[in-house]
Amino acid sequence: MTAALPARRPPAGRGLAGLRVPAWLGTPVRRLVTAVAVLWAAATTAYAALLLAPGDTVDILVGDGADTPEIRAQIVAEWGLDRPEAVRYLSYLGRLLHGDLGRSYQLQRDVGEILAGQVGPTVRLTLAAAAVGVVLAVAVAVATAGRSVWPRRIVSAAELVAVSVPQFVIGIVLLFVFSFSLGWFPVSGAADPQALVLPALALGLPVAGVLGQVLREGLERALEQPFAVTARSRGLSERAVVARHALRHALLPAVTLAGWFTGVLLGGAVITEALFGRPGLGRVTMQAVTGKDMPVVMAVVILSAAVYVTISALLDLAYRLIDPRLRSA
Amino acid sequence: MTELAVTRAHPAAAGAAPLVAVEDLRVSFPASGVEAVRGLSLSIAPGECVALVGESGSGKSVTARSLIGLAGPGATVRASAFRVGGGDALTFGPREWRRVRGRFAGLVLQDALVSLDPLRTVGAEITEVLAEHDVVPRPARPERVRALLAAVGVPDPDARAGQHPHQLSGGLRQRALIASAIAAEPELIIADEPTTALDVTVQAQILRLLAERKAAGTALLMISHDLAVVAAIADRVLVMKDGLVVEEGPAREVLTTPRHDYTRELLAAVPSMSAGSRRPTGTLSPTPAPRDPVLAVTGVSVAYGSRRAVDGVSFRLHAGETLGVVGESGSGKTTLARLALGLLAPDAGEVSLRGGPWSALPERRRRPLRPAIQVIAQNPLDSFDPRHTVGRLVADPLSALPRRQRRERAIELLGRVGLPPELLGRRPRELSGGQRQRVAIARALASRPEVLICDEPVSALDVSVQAQVLDLLAEIQAEDGTALLFISHDLGVVRHLSDRVLVMKDGRVVEEGDVDEVFRHPRHPYTRELLAAVPRLPCSPDERVTG
Repeated sequence: MTAALPARRPPAGRGLAGLRVPAWLGTPVRRLVTAVAVLWAAATTAYAALLLAPGDTVDILVGDGADTPEIRAQIVAEWGLDRPEAVRYLSYLGRLLHGDLGRSYQLQRDVGEILAGQVGPTVRLTLAAAAVGVVLAVAVAVATAGRSVWPRRIVSAAELVAVSVPQFVIGIVLLFVFSFSLGWFPVSGAADPQALVLPALALGLPVAGVLGQVLREGLERALEQPFAVTARSRGLSERAVVARHALRHALLPAVTLAGWFTGVLLGGAVITEALFGRPGLGRVTMQAVTGKDMPVVMAVVILSAAVYVTISALLDLAYRLIDPRLRSA
Repeated sequence: MTELAVTRAHPAAAGAAPLVAVEDLRVSFPASGVEAVRGLSLSIAPGECVALVGESGSGKSVTARSLIGLAGPGATVRASAFRVGGGDALTFGPREWRRVRGRFAGLVLQDALVSLDPLRTVGAEITEVLAEHDVVPRPARPERVRALLAAVGVPDPDARAGQHPHQLSGGLRQRALIASAIAAEPELIIADEPTTALDVTVQAQILRLLAERKAAGTALLMISHDLAVVAAIADRVLVMKDGLVVEEGPAREVLTTPRHDYTRELLAAVPSMSAGSRRPTGTLSPTPAPRDPVLAVTGVSVAYGSRRAVDGVSFRLHAGETLGVVGESGSGKTTLARLALGLLAPDAGEVSLRGGPWSALPERRRRPLRPAIQVIAQNPLDSFDPRHTVGRLVADPLSALPRRQRRERAIELLGRVGLPPELLGRRPRELSGGQRQRVAIARALASRPEVLICDEPVSALDVSVQAQVLDLLAEIQAEDGTALLFISHDLGVVRHLSDRVLVMKDGRVVEEGDVDEVFRHPRHPYTRELLAAVPRLPCSPDERVTG
């Protein structure tokens, strides 16, 4: 029996960007500071990309759009290109603070407006894909954890395939089977809810693959712990032991991965939306990149950072909800 | 105690049908080819306390868990007769077993920190039993939880029910675990090493609580490696070895006049609290000659946050001397070891080694002196790199020697700790607990240290192995004149080996002096409390814990 050493606190400021913040600021303030720092870094990186791109800044901002003297004058005025470097940068940050993401000169519309119109379909798609991933993973993991060898082997193999095959291949296969051959689902569009099924599957299956493996491993480890023996000794069925005790323990490592899923889903949305001809942020991003519409690309970078920051904050909360031991720390 | 309806009418123990009757029980694990239990017979009468004792791997836990159908995944359980709670367990399916579990028999495991679900409140854990067996209707459950916690001596049960295991002290959460085991008013409590993770004073409280349950009419199957604990509570004792019962009888008889050699061995190995057991005729007499101490600790304090882990501790350690440090968990023993090793800088005070500065040195200048002070930890499995071989582990401190000599020296060191050279190629996981601790000692000896810091070096070992390792340490000390700082929560072990002893509580030294003097005439109330709490061998009827 070792004399219990005081539990070591997690390093101060284990923040989103690994920035260290004095401990006295307390957890909520610390989180907010790091969140703002990440957003600032993303905005600055986007701005640096604009500056470092070869060629004239006005040319870059115009992109493939209509290049008229009026538009050029408008760009110079809006981006303050006739003013000193520092003022330009600060006014750029100032505009962002006001929620002004700038203007796409190709589309002749405010970037904020363009993105706002496309957020809906993408949110629907990623949420549906996340739901597919979580539901499939939990169902499969609960059904196979600690069970006989054969079902586990088959499921493991299926998970490996789901993880290693690119999303667009899964998408194409789904399209061939369920749209072209069977005709159960529409080939493209986003008009009716049915059109959401295949893209959500294509996007969610790889997530289900990884999550399923992590969950099953966590479940099997939890089911060997003494508290699981105690639970069985109370007369609980094996299913109740899993549902009431082990699953929560298995969720902890899975939650850690949720930040990574956000990236998979956002990145995958670009390809999935293009493949299924859906409107959405992914498609806007594709078009902006190919059309060199720099203001839109910059806005997407900042928006993705904001999504990451929000998800990370939510995950931190989720941890504390699941594991009471973290609440007192 | 009696505010709860758990107390059942005292059964007429004699003549009543046994709760459990097993004959020729055999439990094997075909996947690994292990035969854990090889033909054991056992019966437990209502209200009786039966103890299964034996060392790790003797099959006692598997036996106990088989009685509630939880021998483990992949276990094959056979018996010529197997009656549990009036039913024929040989015909039980999952449904019947679930009715036995919790309702007929409650299980109490070792450490409630992990035996209660750490993510749920203790109230939820107890409620689970009430709900599963529908003991009381839903609205009455919170009140029943409160009553159960109160019955096992948890103060302020309303607040405690809403807390998680990690928020309770070791004693309180073990009580909560017992409350969950007795929630459905079982006729039998199976307690598997219920006090092993606890400090000695808390252990005494938990044993008293179990004795109370027994007095209230509940039968008890107690599994323990600690014969003294068993002596305090058991009516009958079964001594197990290699899956077989080697001796069986009334507790007093087995523990005072053992018939089987193995029982005698076990009893002889228990480090005794009585004087004179120490020091196998050392060549170096522990004369307190006016020499300079090899290790001097002067008024050291260290705080973690606002808590003072070590508070103004001073001691001197001379060559060839053993200084014991006793205290319960959280008393600052391990922190003191880290201070002595120079792994932790004191907030105040100073540590000096061989008359020179030690704690005041920068690590760069401390490093060349490190070979002189070595450590042996409780669990070498944690302090060894699991991928290194024994040879590499032992030779680690010998990097100055050429490869060939290193190997020779490693073999020589293994020989000193009584291990054959064949073990050089093994990895830590392939060794027994005792062998691992010997390897740890060999590694510590490799740099010919003047000071050995032993932090609970035998706490994880079986009692017979414990005695061997203690003898080995004493032998080495007698040969080399090494100074030992010996930290343990086990008073018997400390008395066995030490010349002088420090008693620590809350970071302070409350008493110190010659070991025999302190143990025979403790001055501080805390020392007296510690000594009184130690369960003793042999048992006489007046020493037994009663409810």
